[in-house]
Order: sequence, then C-alpha cells, then structure tokens
Amino acid sequence: MTGKAVPEPTPDTRPFWDGCAASELRIQRCTDCDQAYFYPRPVCPFCGSVRVEWFTASGRATLYSYVINHRPAPGFDDEAPYAIAVVQLAEGPRMMTNLTGVPNTPDDLVLDMPLQVTFTQRGDISLPLFTPAGDDR
Amino acid sequence: MSVVPKARQASSVIIAGAAETDQVGRLPGHSTLQLHLEGALNALADAGLSTKDIDGIATVSAPGPVQVAHSLGIVPRWMDGTGVGGTSFLLHVRHAAAAISAGYASTVLITHGESGRSRVGAARFGPAPSSIQGQFEAPYGVYGPTTAFTIPALRYMKECGLTHDQLAYVAVAQRNWAARNPRAMYRDPITVADVLASRMVAYPFHLLECCLVTDGGGALVITSADRAGDFPHPAVHVLGTGESAESPLISQMADFTESAAFRLAGQAAFAEAGIGVADVGHLMIYDAFAHLPVYGLEALGFVKKGEAGAFIADGNTEPGGTLPLNTNGGGLSYTHTGMYGMFAIQEAVRQIRGEAAAQVDGAEISVVLGVGGMFATSGALVLGRQPATAG
Repeated sequence: MTGKAVPEPTPDTRPFWDGCAASELRIQRCTDCDQAYFYPRPVCPFCGSVRVEWFTASGRATLYSYVINHRPAPGFDDEAPYAIAVVQLAEGPRMMTNLTGVPNTPDDLVLDMPLQVTFTQRGDISLPLFTPAGDDR
Repeated sequence: MSVVPKARQASSVIIAGAAETDQVGRLPGHSTLQLHLEGALNALADAGLSTKDIDGIATVSAPGPVQVAHSLGIVPRWMDGTGVGGTSFLLHVRHAAAAISAGYASTVLITHGESGRSRVGAARFGPAPSSIQGQFEAPYGVYGPTTAFTIPALRYMKECGLTHDQLAYVAVAQRNWAARNPRAMYRDPITVADVLASRMVAYPFHLLECCLVTDGGGALVITSADRAGDFPHPAVHVLGTGESAESPLISQMADFTESAAFRLAGQAAFAEAGIGVADVGHLMIYDAFAHLPVYGLEALGFVKKGEAGAFIADGNTEPGGTLPLNTNGGGLSYTHTGMYGMFAIQEAVRQIRGEAAAQVDGAEISVVLGVGGMFATSGALVLGRQPATAG
C-alpha cells in the first residue's frame, strides 16, 4: 500500500459517503431524543432508539483537539508534518478530519477556532475536510 | 444502566506464580509464540508447578489460548481469549478470579508474548478499509498509536493547564525509576530539556514522551487463595478488579480531558477491595504516552482534575516521593511490547513480594491501571500482601 487510505463504505455508512459525494455532510439524529450523532450506525447511542434519520448538517464546526504528525502514513509523505484533528460539529457530534487552507502549525491551529467543511476527492470517495470559516458565516 | 452491582465481599484468588521472559528488549531470535511459551514456563517454575497443574488458559490472539495451550500440552477446561488491547491481561486476571470462584478452573495460566520490535511471527496491523477505523480514521493519516492516542492531550492542556514542561517531566520521573532497574532499556537520567529537544513525533509529543517498542513476554499463574503458602514465593492476593470500555474511535471519547473507562474500572476495583487512595502504597499506570499517568492519577482520585501534572512535576511519584508510580520505568523507559499490561502486573507482583529492582517501602497494596486501544478499554487490579479482611 503506497497511496493514502481510501474508505470502503458499508450499508450502514453508505448514506454518509453518498452525502459527501454531493458535497453535503449528512449525519444521523434520533427522532425520539432529538440528538445528533456520528459515526453512522442504526441505533441511537443516547437512548437506544432505532427511530433514527439522516439529515444534512450545517458543515460548521470548531477545532476540538489535534496532533501534528511528523511520521507520515503511507501517501502522506509530501504533507508531513500534517495535523490530524478532531472537530466538534455545530450539531454536537465530533469527527476526525484533516485541516486544509491553513498552515498546520501550533501557532495557526488554535483550539476552538471556527471551521467549515469542504470536500476532496480520493479514489471513488469524496472525503470531508475542514478549513477555517470565512467571514460570510 | 448505571446500577452498580454489589461488590464481592472478598477476593478468593492469588497470583501464585509470575515471571517475564529471560530478557526483554531486542529479541530477533524469538517468535511471538516463543515469547509466550518462555514466559509461561518461567511463571510455572516460579510457582513450582508444571503444565499438568494447569486447567485454565487465557491470552490474546494471536496466537490465542488454543495455540498456547496446545503448544504446552495443556487441555483447558476453561479459556479466555479476551483481546481488547494492552490491558487484556488485567481483564484475564479478573475473569480467572470469577472462573476459579465458579469452579470452572482451579489453576489458570495467563500468557503474553509479543515481538513488537522485531515483528517475528507477528500479525500485520492496520485496519480494514471497511472498518470504522478504516473509514473514519485511516483516511486522515492515522498510522498507529502515536497518531491517535495522543490527540486528546492538547484539549487537556488547554482546559486543565498542563504545560509542555509538565508533560515532559512524566518521562523524567519515570527515567529516575528506570535508572534503578538493570533490565530497563533506557537508564541514563534525562532532563525536561532533553525531552523537549528529542525529535517531534506528533506535536505535542516528542520521542521521549512516547513508549518504547520492544520484544518480550510474561505470564501469571492464578489459583484459589486457600492455597496461599503452598508456593515458593509469597502469595499476592487479588483484592479487587474492574473493567470498562469507552469508544473504538478516539474522536468519540466523550470528554478529551478525562477517561471514563479509567474511572469506572478503577472505581469497581477499589470498591471490591474496600480501599481508598490513602491505602495504596504502590501504583502502576499503563504509560504508552506521557499523558496517560496524568489521566490515570485523576481518574483514580489520587489528585483532583487538573492537578496531576504538577503532582508529578513536584516529585511525588518518583523515588523518595509519597506515591511510587511506574517503578520499573514504565513503557516510557523499561519496556513496551505493544500490549504492556502484563509488565505492569509483573512489577506490582515484584513490589508486593518485596523483590523489585527498585523496591519501595510499605508496598502492602499495589494498584494496576491498564488501557487498551486508544483510551478504548481499561482494566484495574488491586493487589495485596495480605488477604482481604472479612466484611
């Protein structure tokens, strides 16, 4: 394996990746307790309900935590050191991502900074990344 | 969901035998299976037993309990293949205690062997592209524990005030223990400046804030407490045990400033043993990275949230301190095969027996806190020189 890892969707996760292909961040929420959650799965982690639905999240997030990795994974040699971040979506759930459109340095990556989703193509998959939110929010 | 079961009244099992492989470190002449078997035979010799005395087996895959038992000529009537990361061996002790109490086995052998450095006969790692790690972590350049286990630390530093110097000092404190342990891989004293000058691995973690990668193994023999006194070495009583799990993805850890799994496993073990933090004379906290002792001290209640960094930097956990922690040098300086939990238990046993390289005074009760995956699972043990008192 020399290239970057490419996700392989499963039936549970296919709607998420289909959303990314349409440049939408589709995640799930529970129609009983109204809480949104991620990663895709058929049961609400908060109340155990199976009455869950997909919706399109705003794509707005804040930077929750990160590392800046100096030992690149396969395919990441040209980008190292690169940040591996966890962002908190405006709707509540957190997800891992990379940060684009900003130097990946401790000075430039400030926790809680506002971010906006963007998408990049990798193989057959559109992958959600995050970038600093513009002034037009 | 939050019903806490009534704790068992008293422990009923002991660690009758415990040993590591002859050497730990760089062992390119040993396969993974050989490391299991060498540890097993050493532990049996330590207990004065033979393979014919063993009727229960526990270990992680691969090679797993079937192959380890078969290789030793053991026919198990009870087995446990729980494989939830490096803390698994703590869970095996807990499960063995339950099995012995239930009569499912009388004498259980728990083995660990891992060619973590030389990778001889070792499984290849890396998630399947369709797994949740393959879909939601690997595409972002996650590549082993240095790129995932480390991610919560910056959040903790912001919210709890841990400084880079304090994080670095965790490695300094443990090196001070390793300097007293001839088997430790790294023994030369280091300073905070040395740690901060070491190569950056994954900011904010420098090389010396990350565990070693070594080869080695070890094993334990567990049996009922009414046999205490029948073995060559003093019995180590299992006074309390706990286990818990949180998230398989680091991004889904509920709060990056604390480990719920550490807290729940620790609370269960302390409750079963009927002890509080003031009773603990020796402590092992699985240190794959320098932030883990910080999270562990707070989860177990030795200090309040946000205080652990200063507590360690003030010297409380190093030689001469009030709370001896990771006295073998830990994963940061002693050894770390990949699943370090077995070595944390081994050091606690040595301290309780009074035969550790860096022996501490008054180690009547030792606590071992383990982690599996990236804050995904936890196990805790309370071990003691004396059996539990009634009530």
